[in-house]
Amino acid sequence: MSKLVKFFKSFLLLELLKGMSVTGRYFFARHITVEYPEEKTPQGFRFRGLHAQRRYANGEERCIACKLCEAVCPALAIKIEVAEREDGSRRTSLYDIDLTKCIFCGFCEESCPVDAIVETRVFEYHGENRGDLYYTKSMLLANGDKHEAQIARDRLADAQYR
Amino acid sequence: MIKIEIDGKQVEVERGATVMDAARKAGIHIPHFCYHKKLSISANCRMCLVEVEKAPKPLPACATPTAEGMKVHTHSAMAVKAQQGVMEFLLINHPLDCPICDQGGECMLQDEAMGYGGSASRYTEEKRVVKPKSIGPLISTEEMSRCIQCTRCVRFGQEIADMMELGMAFRTEHSEIMTFVNSTVDSELSGNMIDLCPVGALTSKPYRYTARSWELSRRKSISPHDGLGSNLAVQIKNNRVIRVTPVENEAINECWLSDKDRFAYEGLNSTERLTQPMLKQNGEWIEVEWQVALEYVANALKQVKSSAGAEQIAALATPNSTLEELYLLQKLLKGQGSGNVDFRLRQSDFSADGKRAGAPWLGMPVAEINSRDRFLIVGSFLRKDQPLLAQRIRQAVKAGAHANIVHSADDALLMKANKAIVAPSALADQLAQICKALATAKGQAVAGLERVTVGSEAAAIARSLASGERVAVLLGNFAQQHPQAAQLAVLAERIAALCSGNFGFLGEAANSVGGYLAGALPATDGMNAAQMLAAPRKAYVLLNVEPELDCADSQQAMVAMQSADLVVAMSAYKHRATEYADVLLPIAPFSETSGTFVSTEGRVQSFKGAVRPLGDARPAWKVLRVLGNLLDLAGFDQDSSEAVRDEALGGQDVTGRLSNHLDLPLQIQGGTAGQQGLQRVADVPIYATDAIVRRATALQQTADAAMPAARMAAAELQRLDIQPGASVKVSQGGSSVLLVAKADEGVPVGCLRIPTGCAETAALGPMFGTITVERA
Repeated sequence: MSKLVKFFKSFLLLELLKGMSVTGRYFFARHITVEYPEEKTPQGFRFRGLHAQRRYANGEERCIACKLCEAVCPALAIKIEVAEREDGSRRTSLYDIDLTKCIFCGFCEESCPVDAIVETRVFEYHGENRGDLYYTKSMLLANGDKHEAQIARDRLADAQYR
Repeated sequence: MIKIEIDGKQVEVERGATVMDAARKAGIHIPHFCYHKKLSISANCRMCLVEVEKAPKPLPACATPTAEGMKVHTHSAMAVKAQQGVMEFLLINHPLDCPICDQGGECMLQDEAMGYGGSASRYTEEKRVVKPKSIGPLISTEEMSRCIQCTRCVRFGQEIADMMELGMAFRTEHSEIMTFVNSTVDSELSGNMIDLCPVGALTSKPYRYTARSWELSRRKSISPHDGLGSNLAVQIKNNRVIRVTPVENEAINECWLSDKDRFAYEGLNSTERLTQPMLKQNGEWIEVEWQVALEYVANALKQVKSSAGAEQIAALATPNSTLEELYLLQKLLKGQGSGNVDFRLRQSDFSADGKRAGAPWLGMPVAEINSRDRFLIVGSFLRKDQPLLAQRIRQAVKAGAHANIVHSADDALLMKANKAIVAPSALADQLAQICKALATAKGQAVAGLERVTVGSEAAAIARSLASGERVAVLLGNFAQQHPQAAQLAVLAERIAALCSGNFGFLGEAANSVGGYLAGALPATDGMNAAQMLAAPRKAYVLLNVEPELDCADSQQAMVAMQSADLVVAMSAYKHRATEYADVLLPIAPFSETSGTFVSTEGRVQSFKGAVRPLGDARPAWKVLRVLGNLLDLAGFDQDSSEAVRDEALGGQDVTGRLSNHLDLPLQIQGGTAGQQGLQRVADVPIYATDAIVRRATALQQTADAAMPAARMAAAELQRLDIQPGASVKVSQGGSSVLLVAKADEGVPVGCLRIPTGCAETAALGPMFGTITVERA
């Protein structure tokens, strides 16, 4: 009996059709593969990408050199040096993030009392040398300036959960 | 004793103890800000409110006396509600800027707010702002808005520093801590207010914004400055000393630290630090390797020895050097066959050498000072020379002890005292008068005092001493540097014996006792510090010494250095030695080497290096040890500073080797010796005592480090027809300097007070003796 069933199944190409039906189903189904780099996956407002330093609307940098991010960083990727600026305010004279060490945990951004250090949605960056991934204060501030609109939108969206 | 119950725990306390005392004894923490164990109770922060059964309202634990059977709850609903309420009030005007506050991470308010504060503030009105005022180079009031009016700083000024420099002005919301109009805080203990401030209102100016508390590692160390041997916590970051705070030691510095001990660390990071061995070649300084420098020194010393004899080699060290350094230095010299080694650079009378029964010391433990009821303090700029010891004496005086001062300058000592202020040449006579008056009162005779006539001041002091039960006779730095130092000591010993008290020396520097124990003294055929400079030698080895600032006769010292063929300067700093030295060897200051100081009470305190030596600097004991090897001397194979210490001391217990007894007869002429002209009274200003302090920038901006002046009594100014504030030419030993004349009623007539240890007066001659002054 089983031999007969087997004969008819192969004779009528049932297995082939079965396989083709899977192909066909996926052929007509909604595509889920993202064609990077032409297409991109959606990102949440808590996405943790490249770091940036923010400024206030008047152009004053936010960071007050409290060093909480440096203290909390589990990978010891942040290095800060403090100096008193001419106007007597406490500012960083050096703020470096070593992205080769960073594990993108987001603790720095969470510990920051003034929302100065943030992680942006940028994940497409690279370095051809190790040193290229060593972000200094001016690079971080430039990052912030470039993405401020998006950063501000993301902080606003997240505010209700804080 | 009273039995009370706190949080269900039975505690037994003395009658009169407060609930706070009982809780501390039981190990129960009650939150507090204004309470401090060393200060009086003010009960104004209200944070320590607790519930006491049968009391209708919560009571402040710090100000509530205990009563038999009292039941206290520190964490009941009522107590916690009261504490939370107080915390909310305290935070109303306190800026919530912990992230930029220097106190952040070590702040009492921050800590207690974690336990008793709300998660968010309900206060939306404007906060109080206090304008910062400059109160000197050490304490920053930049953030006075953070003050919670606990008045700890004010009470410290009133009760411990005995100078009320900070006070609370205005009322209620407007009240603020400030100095008197435009005054600065000049107390030599002012830095303690920074520690006392429970919030970040009073912070350290030099430390401002340099680090956060959690970044620092703490290393225990010992103060290298005055003879007290204060315990320090040296706090470091990136191999650099960032600040210094006290380590509590009830027997020595209690919980305080003098400003010198606290802020001198800036000198450790000075730009003048010497970091590479240097050799002078054809008048040019070149940096060389250690090997080259040490071989050069060894060969040069051998050459001097073979050509001119070992007695042409001399070694001078400061009493701020460690025991190990002093021990190896004298061993090196004596191994070379020269007995010319000394550390008593500012001393001018060496007649007690060979007559001492042991190393001169305080004669009693430091902690015992508080229980003395009569003091006779001879020749001491007490407050400036030993700030914390002076504090202990002041506490004793406030508790009823009598202080008696015999000195040549009437500085503000901030305590009630019988004073006899006389010219330096009359100091011994004054002491002899006291001795005679005391002997007469006790019905005893002291041989050698027949020609002394007792004056009224001496009689008053003798009466005070005779009425005491626990007398302390203390000889200060000035008395030890005095040309009649030995006679002063003999007299002091007699006086102490007559009133069955103790007699002791206030240690001039951190290792004044250690120098004696290390044997850094001239051998029987050797020369002492004064002789070595009076009869210039061919070769000098200097350990930490800046001859023009550290010696009794700076002028003579410089002449000796300039005429020497070889000067080996072992120093942490590039100083004037570049003018006359041939080799500069960079050595590590106390923070970078292990070592031992023996404090004035004979306490042996060893410490380890807190940071690595800067640049190519090396611990001096290692340098001396290698030098010993290069000179083929035996006994230079120690491999740790502990080994050197054990060899030098032969055990930790040195009490048997301490003695103030002098085997000298009394030789008092009676009356003052026939002095001609003005006599110099030389003090070593508090921030000019050693190389590290002299380079501490903030301390050098204080009032105590002001430009030296020529100070004399108004009568003397009038006689010389000099206006106060005018520029005068002061001459001694053939050279002169220009100084500003100042009227100072504390200087006896016939005397001129000119400090030593400062570059401005380094050209002058000896610390004692005649000096002339004329209008410039």
